[in-house]
Amino acid sequence: MNAAIVLFPGINRERDMAIALEQSSGHKPRMLWHTETDLSGIDLVVLPGGFSYGDYLRCGAMAAQSPVMGAVRDFVARGGYVLGVCNGFQILTEAGILPGALLRNAALRFLSRDCHLRVERADTVYASRYRRGEVFRAPMAHGDGNYFADDATLDRLEGEKLIAFRYATPAGEITEAANHNGSARNIAGIYSPNLRVLGLMPHPEDLIDPLMGGTDGKPLFDGLCSALAA
Amino acid sequence: MSARPVNQALAQEFGLSGEEYAKVLAIMGRTPTLTELGVFSVMWSEHCSYKSSRVWLKQLPTKAPWVIHGPGENAGVVDIGDGLAAIFKMESHNHPSFIEPYQGAATGVGGILRDVFTMGARPIANLNALRFGRPENPHTKRIVDGVVRGIGGYGNCVGVPTVGGEIDFHSAYDGNPLVNAMTVGIAPTDRIFLSAAAGVGNPVVYVGSKTGRDGIHGATMASAEFGANSEEKRPTVQVGDPFTEKLLIEACLELMATDAIVAIQDMGAAGLTSSSVEMAGKGGVGIELDLDAVPQRETGMTAYEMMLSESQERMLIVLRPDRAEQARAIFAKWELDFAVIGRITDTGRIVVRHQGTVEADIALAPLADEAPLYTRPTAETAKQPILNAARLDNRHGLADALLMLVGCPDLCSRAWVWDQYDSTIGGQTVKRPGAADAAVVRIEGLDRALALTTDCTPRYCAADAEAGGAQAVAEAWRNLTAVGARPLAITDNMNFGNPEKPEVMGQFAAAIRGMSQACRVLDFPVVSGNVSLYNETEGRPILPTPAIGGLGVLEEAARAVGLALGPWLDLVLIGETKGWLGQSLWLREIAGKEEGAPPPVDLAAERRNGDFVRGQIEAGRVRACHDVSDGGLLVAVAEMAMAGGTGARLSAGPRDVPGHAFWFGEDQGRYVLAVTDSAATIAAAEAAGVPAIRLGYSGGEDLTLPDGGTISVKALRDAHERFFPAWMDAPSG
Repeated sequence: MNAAIVLFPGINRERDMAIALEQSSGHKPRMLWHTETDLSGIDLVVLPGGFSYGDYLRCGAMAAQSPVMGAVRDFVARGGYVLGVCNGFQILTEAGILPGALLRNAALRFLSRDCHLRVERADTVYASRYRRGEVFRAPMAHGDGNYFADDATLDRLEGEKLIAFRYATPAGEITEAANHNGSARNIAGIYSPNLRVLGLMPHPEDLIDPLMGGTDGKPLFDGLCSALAA
Repeated sequence: MSARPVNQALAQEFGLSGEEYAKVLAIMGRTPTLTELGVFSVMWSEHCSYKSSRVWLKQLPTKAPWVIHGPGENAGVVDIGDGLAAIFKMESHNHPSFIEPYQGAATGVGGILRDVFTMGARPIANLNALRFGRPENPHTKRIVDGVVRGIGGYGNCVGVPTVGGEIDFHSAYDGNPLVNAMTVGIAPTDRIFLSAAAGVGNPVVYVGSKTGRDGIHGATMASAEFGANSEEKRPTVQVGDPFTEKLLIEACLELMATDAIVAIQDMGAAGLTSSSVEMAGKGGVGIELDLDAVPQRETGMTAYEMMLSESQERMLIVLRPDRAEQARAIFAKWELDFAVIGRITDTGRIVVRHQGTVEADIALAPLADEAPLYTRPTAETAKQPILNAARLDNRHGLADALLMLVGCPDLCSRAWVWDQYDSTIGGQTVKRPGAADAAVVRIEGLDRALALTTDCTPRYCAADAEAGGAQAVAEAWRNLTAVGARPLAITDNMNFGNPEKPEVMGQFAAAIRGMSQACRVLDFPVVSGNVSLYNETEGRPILPTPAIGGLGVLEEAARAVGLALGPWLDLVLIGETKGWLGQSLWLREIAGKEEGAPPPVDLAAERRNGDFVRGQIEAGRVRACHDVSDGGLLVAVAEMAMAGGTGARLSAGPRDVPGHAFWFGEDQGRYVLAVTDSAATIAAAEAAGVPAIRLGYSGGEDLTLPDGGTISVKALRDAHERFFPAWMDAPSG
């Protein structure tokens, strides 16, 4: 599998992502500077977490206008796989590749803590190593992760089963208390209609080593890397 | 401003005394220009010259076989094995954080990050030691909110995990909060960059943000007390841009992978002045600057303004001349300003030109060598009597007192604060905030890890600065030991009041004495530090606060232990308990008194007990470990129970110590270990000459106390977690 991690100025979780991908695939991902536009030979594009352009205009808004994003749009249109985490998810929504927007957390504060995610469907390359309804833990670290879309969009996402993960209790209940950032319908991550683009706020890449407190995030990368290696 | 005549009155306004201004006149042999006066005033400010503290700082031990660079560089450097060095320092941003909490704290983080990556290190962890006024003070909430947001806003954006620190509250900080920020970075031992300029003709390059009018005379402001009108000083606070800092880190590290750099230093306090003067001075060369080439954010800036600006995110680099274009390309890629603004000369002078005029021409040697150095008068603080625990009123049972203590502002859960700091970025955080006595961060790609902590107990220092200074160092050493790390070195951040007051200078001298003794006995040298004086508002000084940042190493990250208690383990107390209640939190929170002598530190016992505990952890015999500090033994056990979600049943303490003194005394040099076989641990301790007793065992959902009281772990957690959210998230009135 040839994975590429896109580097926008201000991105800062690219190393975490590279470690996770290498651990699961055995290959170091390519680092792609935001001015590059050639994605030939690449199977997976990852937009990592961070503060592209300092989040100064609106999270992800400026990165969404980068030269590389034109190429990413074409890549998506050709059926390419794209994973956007945290700032990467924000960039995907700003680029119009995924619907909705990420607003300030409901409490108006940055939140860095572990959350629990319920797997809403397991028949995707990203979730194949989890079971539907399974709950896994992942660190969250964001100030703007409050997923918002209008009701029609939310209904469509639910109707087409494009919700990837929801914030849940450890037992899998979808409650307000488990919804740390106030996201609409507890949505933590969503898929594109062809299930090949995933955007999510929490960081499974930071929970892949028992020494760091667990390996709950590892199945996502194991499943993804083995599916795309085939 | 340029219309003002340069004279003694202006010099005084710039913070120079009459005597100091006379020295300037003697060195210059003429009346200085405004720019020259500005250069002298900031270089000779307390903040830059350490003129009141230098004579005392010299007493601190700074050497050990593993120390690569001690004080004098931008940060301290120690060998951590595997060909790597840890580079670290702690620095204060107290005055700006009172005036403008968000930007003051944010730029404090930015400044200390630059001190570390300027030496070639990738920053891997941030910590911060914070002291605030009483929660009841109407200003405190705003300051806490701004400081926490500022630290998070900067650290989260640059992508360095904030992994630890401490927070205290006391009325002495009402008008003068302390924000001490620490950064730790990693570099190969053979790729460390220093600041001494060299090579006549080499280009002097400015990189980073443009220069504006922000922060002019910030160093002078940090060298004076606050009056009632301190809000007027807001323009001297700088504004941080963490996005640019992140680009600057990456660009500098990319350049450092080449052989282009001769010398490099960040532009911190006193900006372009201190960086150019210090780099040329250390190298024994001269430097010429052409201010027309300086990237400027505003129009019409004068030489004086540019030389004194404290605009953030700027670095000064001396390059090999044949590498200038390679360097320019790297900074262009990162979209940062890059300008050749001068060159190295052999004149031994700093010459500053602007718009065809020489605005400053100063011999560097006397600027440094004749900087004021004061041995200010000291007065000892009267020692307080040792309290007799048996005579203290003890109305509360253990359970009630414990619930009050774990919920008090100084001991309650800091989760509300930690939740705003990204502690997991980098994917190497083995022990997050609150999980262990020290943060543990693995070195990427290796088994090795660093243990990091900040410590100081200011109420002890106020009662007896010598004992308090020793205690601060010992507690840092103990916290590193408690995770299984080998303590290597410290950085110190000396926060005190007005040094011109003999009692304040006496506190300073005594704290240095105590710290020095502890550093020597514990083999724990000082490798970097910072002094912040004049921490007073309207004549009221802060508590003397020598904050210690400690660094230790673990060969195997997997051997690190935390404080979370698991079920069915024996609890063993290591160290001697006399029941010392003087200056304890029990005395303050339960008995309502702040008095008595603080607990003494027996450094030999400290070392013996710690070496024993570390040996037990290294041998894999310890499941959880927690040092006994604020609040005493019962608070330590309760913290372990809360962290692990497991209760415990405790036996009665020794008969010769009153119960409340045994359980809440703050005797030093103690640890609680959770082990599978207490008999083996106690036998090993006896063999090592270390006091050890069995306290009880873990399990269940309740903490069962020896006086018959019982508290559920849930009730403890509820009490522990209530304060911050209730205080900070309550609607403002």
